[in-house]
Amino acid sequence: MSEGSLGKTKTPLYSMFDVVFKVIGWGCAAILIGAFLWMMASLIAKGGGRLTAEFFSGEPTNFGRSGGIGTVLISTGLVLGICLCLSLPLGILTAAWLSETVLQRRRLRFCITRSLDLLAAVPSIVFGLFGMVFFCQTLQMGFSILSGGLTLALMILPIVVTTVYAAFESIPSYIRLNSTALGLSKTTTLWRLLLPAAAPGVMVGTVLGVSRAIAETAALIFTSGYVTRMPESVFDSGRTMSVHIYDLAVNVSGGESSAAATALVLMAVLFSFNLVAAGISRFYYNDSAAV
Amino acid sequence: MNLKGSPFLFLSTLSLLIAVVGGCSEGTGVGIAGSGNVRRSSVDGVSSQPTRRKLVLTGSSTVAPVMHEIARRFETLHPEYRIDVQTGGSSRGIGDAKNGIADIGMASRDLKSSEKSGLVANRIAMDGICLIAHRSNPVMSLDTEQVRSIYRGGAKNWKALGGPDARIVVINKAEGRGTLEVFLKHFSLAIENIEADLIAGDNQQVIKSIQSNPHAIGYVSVGAADYEVKNGGQIKIIQSDGVSPTMNSIRSGQFPITRPLLLITKGQPQEDAARLIQFAQSDEVHDLIKAQYFVPSAE
Amino acid sequence: MSPRLNDRVLTLVLSGAAIVSGGLVLLVFLFLAKQSLPAIVSVGISRLFFDSHWHPTATNPQFGVWPMIAGSCLVTIGAIGWALPVGLGTAVAIEFYSFKYVMGFLTRFIELLGGVPSVVFGFWGLVSLVPAISYFHPPGQSLIAGILVLGLMVAPTVALTSLTAIRSVPSEYRRGAVALGVGRVRFICSIVVPTAARGIAGGALLAAARAIGETMAVLMVCGNIPQIPKNLFEPIRTVTANIALEMGDDTVFHRSVLFLTGLVLMLVVMIILGIVEPFRKRVAYE
Repeated sequence: MSEGSLGKTKTPLYSMFDVVFKVIGWGCAAILIGAFLWMMASLIAKGGGRLTAEFFSGEPTNFGRSGGIGTVLISTGLVLGICLCLSLPLGILTAAWLSETVLQRRRLRFCITRSLDLLAAVPSIVFGLFGMVFFCQTLQMGFSILSGGLTLALMILPIVVTTVYAAFESIPSYIRLNSTALGLSKTTTLWRLLLPAAAPGVMVGTVLGVSRAIAETAALIFTSGYVTRMPESVFDSGRTMSVHIYDLAVNVSGGESSAAATALVLMAVLFSFNLVAAGISRFYYNDSAAV
Repeated sequence: MNLKGSPFLFLSTLSLLIAVVGGCSEGTGVGIAGSGNVRRSSVDGVSSQPTRRKLVLTGSSTVAPVMHEIARRFETLHPEYRIDVQTGGSSRGIGDAKNGIADIGMASRDLKSSEKSGLVANRIAMDGICLIAHRSNPVMSLDTEQVRSIYRGGAKNWKALGGPDARIVVINKAEGRGTLEVFLKHFSLAIENIEADLIAGDNQQVIKSIQSNPHAIGYVSVGAADYEVKNGGQIKIIQSDGVSPTMNSIRSGQFPITRPLLLITKGQPQEDAARLIQFAQSDEVHDLIKAQYFVPSAE
Repeated sequence: MSPRLNDRVLTLVLSGAAIVSGGLVLLVFLFLAKQSLPAIVSVGISRLFFDSHWHPTATNPQFGVWPMIAGSCLVTIGAIGWALPVGLGTAVAIEFYSFKYVMGFLTRFIELLGGVPSVVFGFWGLVSLVPAISYFHPPGQSLIAGILVLGLMVAPTVALTSLTAIRSVPSEYRRGAVALGVGRVRFICSIVVPTAARGIAGGALLAAARAIGETMAVLMVCGNIPQIPKNLFEPIRTVTANIALEMGDDTVFHRSVLFLTGLVLMLVVMIILGIVEPFRKRVAYE
């Protein structure tokens, strides 16, 4: 991304204004860091004590005030699984088309990239409205993990496409040229050469997409619903961690400690995702794709 | 590598779209097997488990907790059923029942005349609506005029009502909630004239806001309030015109603000829904209804 | 050379997938439009703007969405208003006033902060921030609470985009500045910030788009009264919170109006991002 940071060769420190600037700059950073630490501290203070092994395995009882989040974790996993089942193949194929089928169809290409940009711009609550009407009502899936997962799949599709596309683009063109020179078919080139080379990018895209999906609440309230029980199939309703936090925080008096504990789990999951994505980017692309 | 012949492309796209949509609806086809409202989970289509019957209930946050308990008992008696209970407000329950997302809608108010067409209401219990405040608030009772004045922005300070010198934080419920409509009707208030400081959705949200706000006033289902008081919540129930809401005063009609708790179906309830509704109206669940501080309808 | 069969199939599958992906936004749009139709036909768009209040279930329903639009705008402007300077300040501190390792660590930290789910921000706001505000000025759930929570949510976005913009200032400028003996403050104020201004503004708009589309955090901390606030401590309701709060109702017009506001919201966010477009150094798909 950068040839090096601007600060590397230091410009001279001259005036007392530098001190002022330093103080202001660090003051700003301190506000962000401080707020973050305050948040973590209050979450740990409220929910840290709940984080026992039973918390991860048990079913929520008394509307989530007590018990664990085992079933919630499973519902979350199922929703994410459904979400990836649709968004990953569709995203990879779309990215492959954008990147590999040359430039004949400029206008179509323009339309598709632009509409993916627009899709990325749709607020999550609007996805929720759409999911409710399209998946729950029109396709009659009801409030189910399936509806929620598919709604989220639409939501993260642009992220997956962008990341995977960048991965395809970063593959040196001599691979394609050599492959053509050797008379390999397009299909072979894509499956045997390009996709494996783009695999780290696909992983980054997956992780980024999942991070967005797992943090989502508004799109799920009206699609996958609130039920806390063990889902028996993807046609059952199930609540994800985010929805669980929301419901406990707003609708259940005395639910704070469970909400805080769930929030801690969610943040831990997200942070590890973030580290994984950054690790992969740094290892393979010598760059941070996490922005 | 010339594929400019667009028909190809068009056809492929079309077939893919059809495949996607078809795949989805095929999935649902399995999901909604059989007749009418009954949903069978798709797993059973392939495995040899006994057929699971599924019922979805949505609606009033007042009815949801008690139906949750009733459904659990029903499931233990009839293990082949799986019953999902979700909240969202009376209007959502009525709406979901009408357009078939839910097998049974739950409502905590009477159906409006505009809603009655095609829907059948089955009463399972009676409930009241009471005003609640923070436990530290010394005010014991409010009469109708005082409540009207608080909610219309006339009385702004607790002092005039015998409380501390503090601004009243008025909590109202969101539009579309059964409790709101019963409340407005009883106090002959119009929604346009209410001056509230906070708007909450569920009963619990009102209770929660009051617990974190010592000078707040709100109104919730008597059942929810009683349950909270008995379980150590930091709220108190304010008497209406000097009458405390109890099971007896609600049953006898002495307590002024009452309403039915309903299970709504589209048309006459079908086999599975009918079974659950019958169960919810039977003696077998009176203890559950009473445990939530509602008055069973059969009594 | 005639293409092989599998290549032909591959091309078909790929373009099919691409067209499906591209068509999704159209699908979303069409379904929202279809649901909003009763509102557009029977209630009329003009009433959305000329009705003075929002009372969709009253005997004489009123569908004025102004208070909610005002709420959304105020909370977004307020949030960007403090997130922009703080984010920019953080970026400057990271880039110009920190050691190399601190720099990497801080960037990482800000990235983490940017990934915190909005519902967690909302929860924290509800249990920590709102009681604190309520202590000074009840009820606590208010415009200011929304501004603080939302600003904190988007500040990392601003900081990271500003950082990218600052780093893309050509290094010749720096060398030139060093050669001329320009001081660091002067360098930042007269060279870096003006050069990176487009990137920074783009980041701020991106953050604004995120803020205006945010639902859960504002739903939890803003009090949800549909009114135009007279001061910072009064509760407000945003367009997004309104949808989440009232979606349950089945009255045809009410529901349809909610879809219409969703549609309008979608268009507004798209317009904001359309404005961002030229500001943004376009990386994707080029």
